[in-house]
Amino acid sequence: MRLDHCYSMTAHVIFSSELQKFTGVREATVQAEDYRSLVIEITDRYEGLSAADIEDMSVAINGEIIVEPMLEKIDHGSEVHFLYRIEGG
Amino acid sequence: MSEAQDFKYIGQRTIRPDGHDKVTGRANYAADLSLPGMIWGKILRSPHAHALINRIDTSKAEADPNVFAVMTHADIPNQTASGIRNILARDKVFYHGHAVAAVAAVSEAAAERALGLIEVDYSILKPVMNIDDATSNDSPILHDDLFTKGMPEEPKAPSNVASRNELSKGDIEAGFAEAEVVIEREFRTATVHQGYIEPHACTVRYDEDGHSMIWCSTQGHFAVRATTASMLNIEQTKLNVIASEIGGGFGGKLGVYLEPVALVLSKKSGRPVKMQMDRNEVFMASGPGSATRNWVKIGAKKDGTITAMEAKLCYEAGWAPGSSPLGPACMTVFTPYDVDNQYVEGYEVVVNKARCAAYRAPGAPQSEYACEMVINELADELGMDPIDLRLKNVAKEGTQTMYGPKLKAVGLVECLEAARDSAQYKTALKENQGRGVASGFWFNVGGESSVVINMNEDGTGTIVEGSPDIGGSRASMQMMAAEELQMPVEAFSAIIGDTQNLPYSNPTGGSRTTFATGMAVVEAAADVVSQLKERAAATWNITPEQVEWKDGKAFNTKGEGVLTAAEICGSAAKTGGHISGRGNISARGASPSFAVHLADIEVDPDTGKTTVVRYTAIQDAGKAIHPSYVEGQYQGGSAQGIGWALNEEYVYSSDGRLENPGFLDYRIPLASDLPMIETVIVEVPNSFHPFGVRGIGETGIIPPLAACGTAVSNAIGIRMSELPMSPPKILKAIQDAS
Amino acid sequence: MQKTHVTATVNGDVKEFLCDPSDTLLQVLRDELGLTGTKEGCGSGDCGACSVLINDRLVCSCLVLGVEANGEAIETVEGIGEGDKLHVIQEKFLEHAALQCGICTPGLVVSTKALLEENPDPSEEEARYYLAGNLCRCTGYDKIIKAVMDAAKTMREKA
Repeated sequence: MRLDHCYSMTAHVIFSSELQKFTGVREATVQAEDYRSLVIEITDRYEGLSAADIEDMSVAINGEIIVEPMLEKIDHGSEVHFLYRIEGG
Repeated sequence: MSEAQDFKYIGQRTIRPDGHDKVTGRANYAADLSLPGMIWGKILRSPHAHALINRIDTSKAEADPNVFAVMTHADIPNQTASGIRNILARDKVFYHGHAVAAVAAVSEAAAERALGLIEVDYSILKPVMNIDDATSNDSPILHDDLFTKGMPEEPKAPSNVASRNELSKGDIEAGFAEAEVVIEREFRTATVHQGYIEPHACTVRYDEDGHSMIWCSTQGHFAVRATTASMLNIEQTKLNVIASEIGGGFGGKLGVYLEPVALVLSKKSGRPVKMQMDRNEVFMASGPGSATRNWVKIGAKKDGTITAMEAKLCYEAGWAPGSSPLGPACMTVFTPYDVDNQYVEGYEVVVNKARCAAYRAPGAPQSEYACEMVINELADELGMDPIDLRLKNVAKEGTQTMYGPKLKAVGLVECLEAARDSAQYKTALKENQGRGVASGFWFNVGGESSVVINMNEDGTGTIVEGSPDIGGSRASMQMMAAEELQMPVEAFSAIIGDTQNLPYSNPTGGSRTTFATGMAVVEAAADVVSQLKERAAATWNITPEQVEWKDGKAFNTKGEGVLTAAEICGSAAKTGGHISGRGNISARGASPSFAVHLADIEVDPDTGKTTVVRYTAIQDAGKAIHPSYVEGQYQGGSAQGIGWALNEEYVYSSDGRLENPGFLDYRIPLASDLPMIETVIVEVPNSFHPFGVRGIGETGIIPPLAACGTAVSNAIGIRMSELPMSPPKILKAIQDAS
Repeated sequence: MQKTHVTATVNGDVKEFLCDPSDTLLQVLRDELGLTGTKEGCGSGDCGACSVLINDRLVCSCLVLGVEANGEAIETVEGIGEGDKLHVIQEKFLEHAALQCGICTPGLVVSTKALLEENPDPSEEEARYYLAGNLCRCTGYDKIIKAVMDAAKTMREKA
């Protein structure tokens, strides 16, 4: 962890019903500085939840749906929603 | 951006760059390419809806001197590629029209004759043709390895229910406890088809040396390349996919049907191969949009405050699990309403019909139809104007959606107000006429878009984009490049690059092209501007910051001097080589488009025939780049939705055969079926897009279902709850009621 | 199967071709003569994408046999304009943005020409019924009808 991130960043995570099967909870507070570390944190915390399960979902961070969130920073107090993937016609 | 901007080019009604070719017949579509030595491929399709394949004997076809190649599922090189059981059935056919084998022969007629020489031994199984049957206890099971996903407890036995979805916010029970009026109803919608006029077709040439090519009509040629390369086990660089002009798609040309088959036939025969579905095949084996059974319950206080909204949605997937738009159906159903307590559960069900494909705002028309019908009934029950009821509970900036994010600035209030103030809403109805109003919501998507703008020596530019243009988007790309570069629209041509010309781009779908590819064009144009400034700076021996780009010219802010794009590009070799701008992006910030439609429909009480006497479509575009083509999307979406509501449906025999695979019996709206479709473009800018654009292509198909559903119900005084409301159904409803 | 020798005038040019007795005029136009502006949408006369004129009579070329063209004058979308110059109908389709994907456009241009030759001053309803055999899935017909009415007006003014 870099020194400038030594204080803790917490995000409020809301899981879709598909992911709740693995997590058992709808919402969780997670410490993470970016999306990558958030995924590591929740896959560690919830047994059976794999990065591949998450890969199938869309993600909204603070209300913005982000298709490719890997490099996203997570600000303190952010809301992270996992959603069903949206495609168009 | 957030404030209204002044635009020089955006908002004009320019002539589209591909228009001349299209009105003269020069534009080349999927079936229009022929190659020297070319032969014709055709597909043998299952006459049964559900059957085991015991044996396929192709020997007689192979012996036919006119036949160059025959193939079955076993000839697909990569047997583990996804989707291959829809390309050619393996051991079981799952729908009437399922592809079973293919031949390539000297002519189309010879190929058709050769299909008759292929012998297939089937064991016929009982077909499962709708949600009720598929979920009954004694139903045949389509897939013995299908265990429902998303159940609270792991299911112990396979079933025809592929998955379960659930979304909620607030406390649904508390919400209904607060309600003073509660209305619940179940609705059904039929299997429908996108109905594009151009059948699927392709011309391909396999090349052992690594120059294979596919010419085809598709919404996403990069996806065609990925799918076909995977099925044939070849590297993507050895396969060039060229997107022909595309004669309509509406989601139905996102999938791949013919291309891998044609390429295998070409490989086997050593000849270029052309394949074209006939219209029957298009209806039988491509498309359809899910049939549904949707239940909605809404509770409100007497003052019109909605306290709870609940839905149970069932969507057919066709035969292939995961093919329905159940997720978006659940996510869209209640989004036009800012209501604290919402709950939806959804089920996807497999049946013996063709694999469902995306269809314009996939999933939303059916679920929102159910919601909007109940909202209109609630307005009646409360004695409120249906627009006032909507405004009282309207979704707006900051509304917490059930599916996750809070809405940013959106234009639903403005659309509702425009509907209330419209000429149509103020016009009195005549005898046997009814009016319906309905809202619609669609997310819109962003995603990957790649664009290059190549500047020519004379200062003009060629925009190369990776998004097939179905509805005139090349005109929008020209206009956005012109706006960014402050150069005339005519200075730019716009073309769709082959898969060899550009990196990956997502398909044209999800109302993303003018938004996302437009952003890539703006980025590429900005790249061009910065290079033009650098070159001008080099010419003047100053820094690029000392150059101002204005009115399509470079100005020397440190002295005298003006250079045009033509002058800079003409001498680009002297300043470092020729100029191209690049915009390869993963676009973020797609923002929803809400719509409100008004339908006035007259019903002939003696025949049940409906006439749409007046129709208005109002929708938020964020910013309309080319207003004519925005209006065109509103009008086209309306017409498709009207067809869905009033006439269109797949009709199956008791043994699961599709009985109306043609335009005569699957009746899409004709010119004589429709009135002029009035439009209002609302513009609440999307702050994430440099010009404020929202996607607009899909939302327009959503409101017509409930607008027409309500209009017909009001005209006859009977609540209709099943689509389509074809004349026999309306007549029966009238007769049953009297 | 023995092929038949056919001579027809196509867009003003005398054309000779060999044609299988079962070939449709649509197949001949597209595959023998290379006139791919005429489109196939259904092959059963329901969509109008293959509309052409035979001796000024509007037909679906998928419902006519190639051999029936012998001695006749055929006009396709490629023959509607004059060289580089668009016909008024074509201009109005562009001006009014009366096309999206464009696959139905050639058929509609040909049908509109037939309409306006029969009836230079059609009402909106007459235009809608005359063009009811030309399916368009993209536009909802609104802008098509506006283009047709405007073309009719312009042609009347020029006449």
